[in-house]
Amino acid sequence: MRELVILSGKGGTGKTSITAALTALGESLVVCDCDVDAADLHLLLAPTIKESYQFSGGHEAQIDPARCTQCGECLELCRFEAITPDFQVDPFSCEGCKVCVHFCPAQAIDFLETVDGDYFVSDTRFGPMVHARLHIAAENSGKLVTVVRRKAQEIAAAQKKNYILVDGPPGIGCPVIASLTGAHAVLLVTEPTVSGRHDLERAAGLTAFFKIPTYALINKCDLNPQITEELVQLCEERNFPVLGRLPYDPVFIQAMVAGKTLPEYTDGLLVEELKNLWTKLQVALQKTA
Amino acid sequence: MKIAIASGKGGTGKTTLAVNLAAALGNQAQLLDCDVEEPNVHLFLPLVQGQKETISAPVPEVDLDRCNFCGACGQICQFSAIVPLEQTVLIFPEMCHSCGGCYLVCEPGALRERGRELGMIDRGLSQEGVHGVYGRLRVGEAMAPPLIRAVKARMDLSRTVIIDAPPGTSCPVIAAMKGADYVVLVTEPTPFGFHDLKLAVETVRTMKLPMGVVINRSDIGTAEVKNYCAREAIPVLLSLPYSRPVAEAYSRGQLLVKEIPGFKEQMLALFEQISGGRQGS
Repeated sequence: MRELVILSGKGGTGKTSITAALTALGESLVVCDCDVDAADLHLLLAPTIKESYQFSGGHEAQIDPARCTQCGECLELCRFEAITPDFQVDPFSCEGCKVCVHFCPAQAIDFLETVDGDYFVSDTRFGPMVHARLHIAAENSGKLVTVVRRKAQEIAAAQKKNYILVDGPPGIGCPVIASLTGAHAVLLVTEPTVSGRHDLERAAGLTAFFKIPTYALINKCDLNPQITEELVQLCEERNFPVLGRLPYDPVFIQAMVAGKTLPEYTDGLLVEELKNLWTKLQVALQKTA
Repeated sequence: MKIAIASGKGGTGKTTLAVNLAAALGNQAQLLDCDVEEPNVHLFLPLVQGQKETISAPVPEVDLDRCNFCGACGQICQFSAIVPLEQTVLIFPEMCHSCGGCYLVCEPGALRERGRELGMIDRGLSQEGVHGVYGRLRVGEAMAPPLIRAVKARMDLSRTVIIDAPPGTSCPVIAAMKGADYVVLVTEPTPFGFHDLKLAVETVRTMKLPMGVVINRSDIGTAEVKNYCAREAIPVLLSLPYSRPVAEAYSRGQLLVKEIPGFKEQMLALFEQISGGRQGS
């Protein structure tokens, strides 16, 4: 079983549309959506939920006003400015570190487990899918990503699937690191803009840091042919192959509006390019240890 | 006034709006790049007179000669960042949230704080006179929120503060939006844009902040976003149709207020709506 993570650094380069297209083209795979705080893959794959689980990632302090003596110890000790001057806990700032709970002389602070989201095992027209929904403004997105990946790995092992496709979140922080640690390969979807190039370099820095074989796809390549060439050069220097180039094409949005993956919605050169991409990715994944 | 520019979905035009709004306001504006994982503001508004600062978070370091292996540090730590064993103490600095709990409970005083580098902050002036405070997370560092808080600690409240927030709806976004007077949500009228806009609206409502929406590439996709905003009484501040010259200028890192006639006036009108009306839901 091989696990491929689709990342981009920058948002809006086409990660999810590409993941959905690969899901439609591939065989013997489990797909999972690890962009847990703005998940979109389900809009194209229309999963039917089979199992649903609650996800608890941590704790939150809660001051009981009946027991609180307003001594100010918690205000003093909290490093997250999570205690308001009228002795309430601001849930947006509380990191669940337990310091106030431990040191409250009146033992007036409870430490409640938080429910941070839900995750689901579903069926799609292309096979099993694992996805999640982090609750609004919740913490612990990285832990939820890890839970989603573990579930996908279990299913892939039980059903003897060859591949796991992971639709990753944007950025390079906690949920991205949780998406890629231990994976077999990363596909970076990029675009020829100064932002795309800058973010590609940082995302590639991250995959190099974790020593994960990395491949690139340049989307919207005709938007700026000069930067496209610079991207190709950058990928060569960093020693990761460019597996494909796709032109800017409004069909991405048309397919999205229709709720379909690209190979279901259209044919022609774009889909040929995507088929080539999947063939090359399969070869690349077989080579990984 | 503090204006946060956010969106659920990435790539909708947050940074474009933030840099052009700031450039239109010029010397009156202070621009904070709080999308510290993938900071792009500097590509459009580079700082000509700048200074760099390294930002660190305190993490524990143990003096084994003093440690009595009581295990209290491991009990209070909620993040598995410190694991006391029989004869040693394992520390995982990348897991540490810098809450300070372990030092506070360590009776023999065997723990010290040292810095773990989170990233950098660049401060200075752009050619257009914009005051910039740009955060940049170290590649390999997982925690964006403490760096975002460090960027925001450098706010100059005598100016109009514009905050370029990261995408999503989780802790980095909350850290960036907290304390803002107004949130501008940038979206596009596609199914992904619409879905993530609804999440972003819920997030802003949970935080009880006034907001308005900017619809970018307003002529692609469907009318769902417009209808939703009308239904939810969220003001649509500006609609910008897709334009190839705009996309190309953006790809080169150019400012639209310089390249596209009339764009600066649109930005000033947008600011007028936000600061004058302060309407929102």
